[in-house]
Amino acid sequence: MNWVAWKMLNGDTAKYLGAVFGVAFGVLLITQQASIFVGLMSRTANPLRDVREARVWVTDRHQQNADEIEPISDGAVHRIRGVEGMDWAVRLYKGVARARRPDGIFRQVILLGIDDHTFVGAPRTILMGDLADLRRPSAVFIDKAGHESLWPGEPLQLGREIEMNERRAVIVGICETSAPFQSFPVVVATYTGATRFIARERKQLSFVVGAPVAGVTPAEACRRIKAATGFEALTYDQFVWQTINYYMANTGIPVNFGITIVLGFIVGAAIAGQTFYLFTLENLRHFGALKAMGVNNRRLIGMVLLQAAVIGAIGYSLGVGMAVAFFEISGRVLPDLRGINIPWQVAIGTAGVVVAIITFASLMSLRRVLLLEPAVVFRG
Amino acid sequence: MPTALQTPVPDPPAPRPAVGVACRGIEKEFGSGETRTRVLHGIDVDIGCGALTLLVGPSGCGKTTLISIIAGLLDPTAGDVSLFGTPQSQLRGNRRVDFRARNVGFVFQQYNLLPSLTAAENVAVPLLVARQPRKRAIEKAADVLDAVGLGSRLKAFPNQLSGGQQQRVAIARALVHEPRLLVCDEPTAALDSSSGQTVMELLKSVAVHPERTVIVVTHDSRVLQFGDRLLEMADGRIVLDTIPPSHP
Repeated sequence: MNWVAWKMLNGDTAKYLGAVFGVAFGVLLITQQASIFVGLMSRTANPLRDVREARVWVTDRHQQNADEIEPISDGAVHRIRGVEGMDWAVRLYKGVARARRPDGIFRQVILLGIDDHTFVGAPRTILMGDLADLRRPSAVFIDKAGHESLWPGEPLQLGREIEMNERRAVIVGICETSAPFQSFPVVVATYTGATRFIARERKQLSFVVGAPVAGVTPAEACRRIKAATGFEALTYDQFVWQTINYYMANTGIPVNFGITIVLGFIVGAAIAGQTFYLFTLENLRHFGALKAMGVNNRRLIGMVLLQAAVIGAIGYSLGVGMAVAFFEISGRVLPDLRGINIPWQVAIGTAGVVVAIITFASLMSLRRVLLLEPAVVFRG
Repeated sequence: MPTALQTPVPDPPAPRPAVGVACRGIEKEFGSGETRTRVLHGIDVDIGCGALTLLVGPSGCGKTTLISIIAGLLDPTAGDVSLFGTPQSQLRGNRRVDFRARNVGFVFQQYNLLPSLTAAENVAVPLLVARQPRKRAIEKAADVLDAVGLGSRLKAFPNQLSGGQQQRVAIARALVHEPRLLVCDEPTAALDSSSGQTVMELLKSVAVHPERTVIVVTHDSRVLQFGDRLLEMADGRIVLDTIPPSHP
């Protein structure tokens, strides 16, 4: 009878497609919005992810995330290095500066200052230039999206000059970085160079990053650093989640995206549920005839569930396919959406939502089918 | 006549009674309290095999309710129906559904063909219900369609067939699993005179069989000549049991 159910479904093309696209649209909405949400939240921790060598992050003890930074004194790095169990520790600057082109056009940029000697935290993907050139006076790298933002429509080019804090900087390299939460260009300099591009403060050091020796866990190293120095010391994972949780708790982003995701669920459930329900209603006469001919309720349930499962599976595949296409295309066209894709957790979660939508639609329909008196077939 | 329609398969152990349907004290009420309505008032009737029995009467007299009870689609409020020696009151749930699937065929006023299935596929449905393999079911359906004169329209969909042809497909579907009881509800009501005659001739020639009981509910006086027996109902009772006037 599954074959009959399949043929019944295909026979009413308009309703079949209506239900499929109802699910697909809901899936598209949910998958796309959930993925952007996850991508945005993930971006808040991207500055940390780009410093892959660091297992331990040391900051001011009142710091709440990776973007709002209370500088600590430069000498802190020596104190951290002196903590038992630490293998190495270096300075890392992260701040915001204003980069101005010679013609006056400017943009706010994220300025990273990496350790002059070890280059810990340097970009991994170099598109143009040589990382060693960062040691030259006034040298900076800029990320590709930043270059396109400051010089839109122009080809990537080394040797361009910008001004930060009335100091000249020369672009000696172009790199890829993980997209930051604020969508600002990322400018990378040495720590010494970076501190020249910012207004002078008594304390300038954003982070000390480091790693413990073999046999000492990052968590244990952090505990020792806290005890020895009074600074906040966090493992990489702790700092990532602290940052993400800060943005979750202190911005309207989760609420806004959550509303859209709920709307996607409602729209998907309403369209798919109603269409499938109407499909079943219009076929009640035929279900009645099948009942009269000896199809028992268990087999009827199987037929309805099969029809619902087909709609759900095709709708889900179409919806996820459309979402994948959206991110593929938008990632190329819109720099702000680069690097955002569909996490497998979102794909599975959306599948769960589709199961819920389809279950809801099936239950509405099944109720009518199961309560149907087979004698209804004699009522012309 | 092709063999596809000639040999109904009886339930193995039971002896074959000449009486296919035996109704004893059938009463049926709908609703409750003040809205309770009695539709059937103690129907007692035996309907034999090998004949075409017409059930006639005005609208609302209880014909549809009676055939629904006979076919096992409705439970009587009182009394019992015995089909080929098996009291329906002894069958419950899926056992009754299975009994119906094996022993009862239906022809409906509105044909009730599945619009997305071809004629052959529609006819194969009762065999699929009986869990026969699809290929074999469609092959047998093709044989039966041939027997009702639609061998050339096997792959036609219902909307490509005339009303008379659709009813012939419905008759083929009702007979394909060789039921021992065939229940037809106003089979000519939606047809013109010529098609109605064709359908009744078909029922008379193909469906009527010594081991099968055929009951046709009808309002159509033009088809009375095809009946071997006429049961007339009024107000929930059988008021006339006779041989149709123009019966040969």
